[in-house]
Amino acid sequence: MSYKLLRRVFSSSSYNKRPQICIVGAGPAGFYAAMHLIKKLENVNIDILEKLPVPFGLIRYGVAPDHPEVKNVINQFTKVAQTPSVNFYGNITLGKDVNLQQLREHYDAVLLTYGAEEDKTLGIENEDATNVIAARNFVGWYNGLPCDKDLKIDLSCKTAAILGQGNVALDVARILLTPIDDLKKTDITEHALSALSESKIKEVYLVGRRGPLQVAFTIKELREQLKLKNCRTIWKENDLADVDKVVPDLPRPRKRLTELMLKSFNEKQTMSDDGNIKYFKPVFFRSPNKFLIDDKKQLTGIELICNKLVGEKCVPTEEKEILNCELAFRSIGYKSVQADKDLILNDGYVRNDKGIVEDASSNLAKVYAAGWLGTGPVGVILHTMGNAFQVAKLMHENLNNIDDKNKGGFEEIKKIINKSNSNVIDWNGWEKIDNYEKEQGKIVGKPREKICSVEKMIEIAKK
Amino acid sequence: MFKSVLKRSLILRNLKSFKVPVSSHIRRIHVTSNLWHGEYEWQDPKSEDEVVNITYIDKDGNRIKVRGKVGDNVMYLAHRYEIPMEGACEASLACTTCHVYVPPEYFDKLPPSEEKEDDLLDMAPFLKENSRLGCQIVLTKELEGIEVTLPKATRNFYVDGHKPKPH
Repeated sequence: MSYKLLRRVFSSSSYNKRPQICIVGAGPAGFYAAMHLIKKLENVNIDILEKLPVPFGLIRYGVAPDHPEVKNVINQFTKVAQTPSVNFYGNITLGKDVNLQQLREHYDAVLLTYGAEEDKTLGIENEDATNVIAARNFVGWYNGLPCDKDLKIDLSCKTAAILGQGNVALDVARILLTPIDDLKKTDITEHALSALSESKIKEVYLVGRRGPLQVAFTIKELREQLKLKNCRTIWKENDLADVDKVVPDLPRPRKRLTELMLKSFNEKQTMSDDGNIKYFKPVFFRSPNKFLIDDKKQLTGIELICNKLVGEKCVPTEEKEILNCELAFRSIGYKSVQADKDLILNDGYVRNDKGIVEDASSNLAKVYAAGWLGTGPVGVILHTMGNAFQVAKLMHENLNNIDDKNKGGFEEIKKIINKSNSNVIDWNGWEKIDNYEKEQGKIVGKPREKICSVEKMIEIAKK
Repeated sequence: MFKSVLKRSLILRNLKSFKVPVSSHIRRIHVTSNLWHGEYEWQDPKSEDEVVNITYIDKDGNRIKVRGKVGDNVMYLAHRYEIPMEGACEASLACTTCHVYVPPEYFDKLPPSEEKEDDLLDMAPFLKENSRLGCQIVLTKELEGIEVTLPKATRNFYVDGHKPKPH
């Protein structure tokens, strides 16, 4: 007991003060940071603000519905949220309901973890054509993100092309190619399930600017795709030529991934096409030059520039080819938005030094950034976790230098928010939504049926 | 080959005599239904025969000695003793947050990793020859005295320029 007391005295210069911390964004980075802070600080108050009425960010809205194991981390985040020193306040938008300056006035530290919600565009001709879809919106659509629920997508065509070769691109391909009965058991949204059950997509191209040795997807996702029921993978004859010669010298992850591609390439395809077979067709060394459209602005194909590798670099050649397709996804990465006018964004993430967001007003609380907002939209949950822990560690160290004045925290913020928004959703509200979704799911034999409208979420939470 | 088969059958026999949940596969069954996992690891060894001593070396080089028992999962055991090893996916082989290094003499005594575990390890930063996932290591008598080392955190990408793969 006395040891604990001593530790408290020495761990903080202002031991009688309870630091007020605000985290903006209730995704993995926010929760992991909160987890670290409550482990290190016995006396702290952490408020997690979230734009949506519901928590968990990309765990709920990014992780594919057929990867339920990845979502297990929600259990840990739930324990964090149920800690008395942690509060969840949903349906609050930074830059709209409250601004960064106000948060800095009423908290001792502000951590921004609002992620990367926009997709990068190609910037080529006819990118706004009908049926040219951002992979991001497609993911949001099948995962029930409210702003994507009305996505216009026509799946009545035969051929789809995905531009990009990362794990998101493979998620999109897999959802398009998975037998519908396998998706029925997941928490995929009803509107997506019903549209996909009518889908006529027969073949999906996965187009990459560079070669098989440069793909960004990882082996787990590729293996899943190659093992997909009723789906045949067709590699282009020349794409994998000579690759086997360099395999022995590759580092382990790249080596195993390349070996898997070669194994699939060399395999005799025995599946006979009885009409139910679908095709997965990776294509390398091709950059989209423009989208081709008909007079109704409907996509008819993509003009591709053929590239060649010169050393590590990929350079365009004079050669062009047309890929006929009536549906295209761009999946070339995400970027963060400038949620508040005080933030400076560089290359799609907020400018920061090891997690500290630089700025001039030193009389206000320090601002930090973690997760994709701070590092750029790369890496799996392990990277986000490591980064969130590091930034939280830095916050903890810096808390020793804060002033002794007690900050108002959410009590003050509430007064500001109430002027524009009286529907703040707390953890209790989320639990009602959670239960409702699980009950609705039970009826149709799914783990949950997500509510896809913010209004409906609020209605359930306020019951 | 023969040697490893023999070794594995010995491990199994060892475990059977203690009548404990033997493999992580069996224990994975209740993973999604319950919020608290690793209940088994919270039970103290019932006799000296069950004890398996294990040392965790954390990212700061601190050595933490733990008196485990046959059948304990190295990740859940770490949680019991508040060793900073995460387990985001709760031992369902969907993440790499419990990545550890195992010294060669013990590495060879472990059942070989499955393809799924290897696929995940490929995504872990600071992958080494002796990398394993903590959640896939179940203590046996053969592992008495094992040491597992946690990687030097998921080091700072800002400092050492490590760039994770795009997701």
